[in-house]
Parts: sequence; structure tokens; C-alpha cells
Amino acid sequence: MAEVMEMLALSPTMEEGVLAEWLKDEGDSVEEGEVLAEVETDKATMEMESFFSGVVLKLLAQDGATVKVGDPLVIIGEEGEDISELVEELQSGAAAPSESAAKEEKAPEGGEETEQAAEAEGAPASRAADGGRIKASPLARRIAEDKGLNLRDISGSGPGGRIIKRDVEAAEKPARRAPAAELVGSDVSFVPGETTRLSQMRKTIARRLVEVWQSTPHFYLTRQVDMASMMERRKEINDQLAAAEAGLKISVNDLIVKAAAMALADYPKMNVAFTPDGLYHFDEVNIGVAVAVEEGLITPTVRNAHDKSLGTIAREIRELAGRAREGRLTPEEYSAHTFSISKLGMYDIDEFLAVINPPDAAILACGSVQQIPVVEDGELTVGTRMKISLACDHRAVDGAVGAEFLQVLVRYLENPMLLFV
Amino acid sequence: MREIAFRQALNEALAEEMKRDEDVFLIGEEVAEYNGAYKVSKGLLDEFGARRVIDTPITEAGFAGIGIGAAMAGLRPVVEMMTFNFAILALDQIINHAAKARYMSDGQLSVPLVVRGAGGAGGSLAAQHSQSLEAQYAHAPGLKVMMPATPKDAKGMLKTAIRDPDPVIFIESEVLYGLNGEVPEEEYLIPVGKADKKREGDDCTVISWSRALHFAIQGADKVAEDDGVEVDLIDLRTVRPFDRDMVAESVKRTNRVVVVEEGWPFASVGASISEWVSRELFDWLDAPVERVHQRDVPMPYAFNLETASLPSADRIADAIRRACYIEV
Repeated sequence: MAEVMEMLALSPTMEEGVLAEWLKDEGDSVEEGEVLAEVETDKATMEMESFFSGVVLKLLAQDGATVKVGDPLVIIGEEGEDISELVEELQSGAAAPSESAAKEEKAPEGGEETEQAAEAEGAPASRAADGGRIKASPLARRIAEDKGLNLRDISGSGPGGRIIKRDVEAAEKPARRAPAAELVGSDVSFVPGETTRLSQMRKTIARRLVEVWQSTPHFYLTRQVDMASMMERRKEINDQLAAAEAGLKISVNDLIVKAAAMALADYPKMNVAFTPDGLYHFDEVNIGVAVAVEEGLITPTVRNAHDKSLGTIAREIRELAGRAREGRLTPEEYSAHTFSISKLGMYDIDEFLAVINPPDAAILACGSVQQIPVVEDGELTVGTRMKISLACDHRAVDGAVGAEFLQVLVRYLENPMLLFV
Repeated sequence: MREIAFRQALNEALAEEMKRDEDVFLIGEEVAEYNGAYKVSKGLLDEFGARRVIDTPITEAGFAGIGIGAAMAGLRPVVEMMTFNFAILALDQIINHAAKARYMSDGQLSVPLVVRGAGGAGGSLAAQHSQSLEAQYAHAPGLKVMMPATPKDAKGMLKTAIRDPDPVIFIESEVLYGLNGEVPEEEYLIPVGKADKKREGDDCTVISWSRALHFAIQGADKVAEDDGVEVDLIDLRTVRPFDRDMVAESVKRTNRVVVVEEGWPFASVGASISEWVSRELFDWLDAPVERVHQRDVPMPYAFNLETASLPSADRIADAIRRACYIEV
């Protein structure tokens, strides 16, 4: 029996993907689990593996095509199998639901006859089934209703595709988003220019930032940090690493990641997310580090950085950032953050305010470390300072919580030996 | 704690209740001189005399009727059926008279009667002598049906049954008479309608009673070992009225149910429990209620076919896996 493979959601936020390249051609044989194609998602280029073993009978999308999640991609079956009916079915499938819906509306009194006609002409029952029956266990139905999930969006793993408890629970995992915001562009008709196609990543950044900006009340707290001691310690560490030929340098960023993670571990009230079900307290302290890549921005994540040595953190960030630039991070590697850090110090930015990176309740924006005149004990002197700004989700935390967290964080930044305890 | 056999636990219950209350007496085929077909009444004739331990002819309808009349008159008879296969002859007495007297006399009459004896398959006893007929009694309002699975329960439940003000059908699995188990020396009672939790787990509720419980224990051990599935195992003990509270608490936690019974599937106690769970606990179910029971055929005589016909650990384990959506 020929099987149809559909475009998979290869990242938690993916709604469509670009079929970057087929790695199999029609007539090639393929094993279950073998890579069929490379797909550019909103975050990265991912390998899509076959669910079936057999011969590739028909490719339903060309290289470079944009395909919605759930739309058919490829037919796999036995060599020489007749799939003409299946292909026809799939090709008429896209148009069919709206057609038959229109028919039903037109003829309210047509009764059985109309239904039969629609059946004869229309798509296969399973597909015309936008109004069709969904098989779900009573418990799954109840949980879905409680959580406000639509059973139509959930695929069932029970017998005959029955949706059961574990399916609903799995569907609930990725933070529920409001329906994707329509992207409203600017009117550019008065000025000549040319348009480049948006990459999947750019589209996602645009869509998600509109969502976050509209749905999350931000407030900001800015503080100056005395970085003199930190910079001295860092120089000392790097001199010793160089002398030991360790092939490793600790950056200011690595130190901030470690300090933030330790501060969050000490002050878990900040390590939360606002969800429709309540305040979610993360069990891990995972720092998302904003990395600029060619097409936009991504936050590779250092998991439980408070438990890792500075060397481990430094190496991990190098490795993750490298793969981020190649578009080769897995969804977990860029989605599992509980707090994010963005740093523009290398561009000599004094201070800036960042937009929260969901599901985190806060993001820390760090400016450059500067030599500035400061007053110490009534005397004007030269100080080494950095300005940090914390953007907080006001639904999840209040000003005092943010300020207290900054106190804990600044203690680590200004007393860097604590990072080694 | 001391261990004694199931039959001895029943014997102690009878002796203690006869000592405690002069109105209690035992009547049935071979209960006196022969000490009972299954030796449950051993020594009772010597201890209590022929006035209270009475042998009858082979007349089930007759001595059941004597028991009912005596109960109406104020005594507390225990009627022993050699097996419940023969009690079919007394169904008119039990269902039309014992179960109805309180209702039809508007409470003027009561029938504090126990009808007890062996039930279920016994090992190559063939179709007419291997039946689990609890459904016939559980069907009728006015009857309670108790079916112990352990020596301790057998004793505590029989004492409760004898003290009950209404007719109790007390079915003892034929193959359990020799089962040894811990039984306290001191007096205790096990209430009507209270189930017993044999094993705690959050993955699947298994409901059983009498001999089938022992198959269910093996099935639960199997899935725990092979699949890491932890079964919440309930011994109903009383099948009518059954312990709805314990079943509901368990199913709300596990969302899955397997009902295991020794008898046939159609119009059975297991069918009624499944129906109740499916209706009352519908919103908590993540899978259809699974059932394991005797195959829907007269019991074969051949021992290997009898085994194949009865529930088994393997069949129960498979049913638990189906309920848990684990590939069988």
C-alpha cells in the first residue's frame, strides 16, 4: 500500500517549511528513518526522515517550494504500484473541503440527495471531514476542553487514530500561542526600491515579536554595575589560560551568563513563565544567549549554567553559536531557555532595552564596559562600569521582584570570586 | 500470624457464630455425619449436636425452603449447597421467596439467611459442575452476594453474612478451599460492600473477586515486570452491592480499567461493573473498559481445555496492555 508523507512540524513554532532539497529522487528506494529531504524551517535547516520503507513513487513538491505543515510531500510505496487515484485524490484534496461546504450551505432542504452528490464528486470522506468525527477518549476530550485545546489540532496515537490522554498532554507542551498574528507591512509605494523574499526565520521573528509586543506588558529596570573587579579577574584567568595553552578564552559574556544563572538559582521567583494555566516555575535554569546570524537572531541555550564551570559554559556557547550560524541547531537547543541575555557591548552601545523572549519572564540587555568618571567616597575618579537593563513580563513578576533579582545578580557581577564557589 | 486453610477459616466462622448465637444452625447435604463434602463443617456435629447441624436428603429446593421458613420465624440458618451448580434447583426459593419476603410483607418478614457453598471450576469436573453463577443472584434486588478470595476474608465475611438481617449468597471457590493464608486469632468482621486493595498503582485499575483475583495478581505481576505498568488491584469481595467508592477513586486516578471474572461474559457481574464504570466514570476513561472472563462456552472436561477456557495471567496481562495502549 502506498503511503503519503506529509510536511512535519520540525520546530515547535513551524507552520510551513521550504523544501530546500530532496535527497531522494522518484524511483529511489528508501528505508524508514533514512533522510528524505532537507527542510528549511523558521529556525534552522533540518533533515526530514522517512516514516516508511519502500520506493519513492512521487515527489509532490519541488525543491524550493514552501509547503504548509500537514500538506502531502511524497508518496512512498512498492515499485510499480498504481498511484494515479491517490495522486488525483491528493491534488483535488486541497480544494475539496471548501467546495463541499459551499454545497451544503446552498441546499438546506436538499437532504440525502445533496449529500450523496457531494460524496460522489467530493474528496474522500476523511478529507471532506472538516466537520467529520474525531475519535478521542472521553478523558482526552475532557482534558482538551479544560485546557482550551482544539481536538482538530491534535493527532491521535491510539487505535484507529484515537486521541488519548498522552496526545493531549503532548499537544499542550509547547506554550500555547494566540492564532498567528497577521503580518501588517508598511506602505512603501512612494519610494522606489525592491523587495527581497523573507526567509522563514525572518517571518517567524516578525510574527513572534508582534505577538510578544502586543501580549506582554514589559517594564524595565536599569542599573550600573561596577565591573572593575570582574575585568581584572577575567584578565587574570585569560593570562593563566594562555600560559597553560588551554586554547580557551573567557569572555565578558560567559561571565554574565554564569552570574545570571547563579542569581536565578538563588532567586527562583525570576525563573518563571506566565502561562494560561498559571505561573510556571521552571525546574532548570537555562540561559538563552542571543546570537546574531545572517538571517536574524536565535537564542542557543546553555542548560543549567549555574552548575557548569566557566570553561564549560564558554566552550558550549562557542559550539552552539557556531552551529546557530550554520542553521544546524535542534529545536530543543534554541527553545529550552528560561531566561535570556542579549549583549551589544561589542558595538559600544551604552545601554538598550530588549524585547522578552517567550516563554521567559525576563531578558537582560547588557551595554559595553566603559571607563567613566565616577564619584567614590566624595572623590571624582575613573571607574569601570557597565549598564544592564532587565525587561520583565509584568504579568509574571512585579517591579520589586525584578529589582531584588538585579541585586542578587549585581552581587555576583561585582564580586566575581563568588562565581567559583 | 498463624496460617490456616480457607476451609478451616470458614469452619471457625461457623463455630464461632454458632457459639455466639444459639439461633444459628447449619443445614444441607452431608454437612453433619460426613463433616461436609468439602470438610467445611468438620467437627460441628460433635460440638453442636444434631439439632443444629442437620443432614438433608438431596432436595435443594426443599431444604432451602426450610431455611427460609426458619429465618422468617426468627432463626439464623446457614444453608450449605454442596455446590452452586445444584443450587439452581433452589432458585425459585431463593429469588421468589428469600429475596422478596421483606418487600412483599412490607417489612413484616425478614430472611436472615446465608446460602453458602462451592462455586466455579474445580479441575475436570465438566460443564455441569464447573459454573460461576454469581450473576444469577446478583441480578435480583433483595440479595447480597459475597465471594471471598482469601482465608482471612472468608472468615470475616462469613461471620458478617450470618449476622446480616437479610439473605446473603456466599460463594466459595472450589479450588480455594485448600488455600493457606494468615488469619488473626482474635475476632474480626469484614463489612458487606467493602472492597480490598491488593496492590497500589497509578497505571491501570484491575477489578476482580474470588478465584479470578489470583489470576489477576499474576497478570499484574507480569505487566509490572515486563512493561513497568503499576496496577491498582481491587478485590471486590462483595459483588453486590459492590464498592463503588473504591472503584471510582481508583479509576479517576488510572483512567483505565480491566474487569476479570471467572464466569461467562454475557449478562455477568463483570458486564454490569463495566457498564457502571463506562457510564458513571465516562469522563475519566482514556481507553475502553477491558474484560477477561471464561470463554463463552460450556466448560470443557479436558483439563488443558479447562485451563484454556479460564482467565489466565497472560490473557489478563494482554488486556492490561491494551487498556494502556501498549502493543500486545
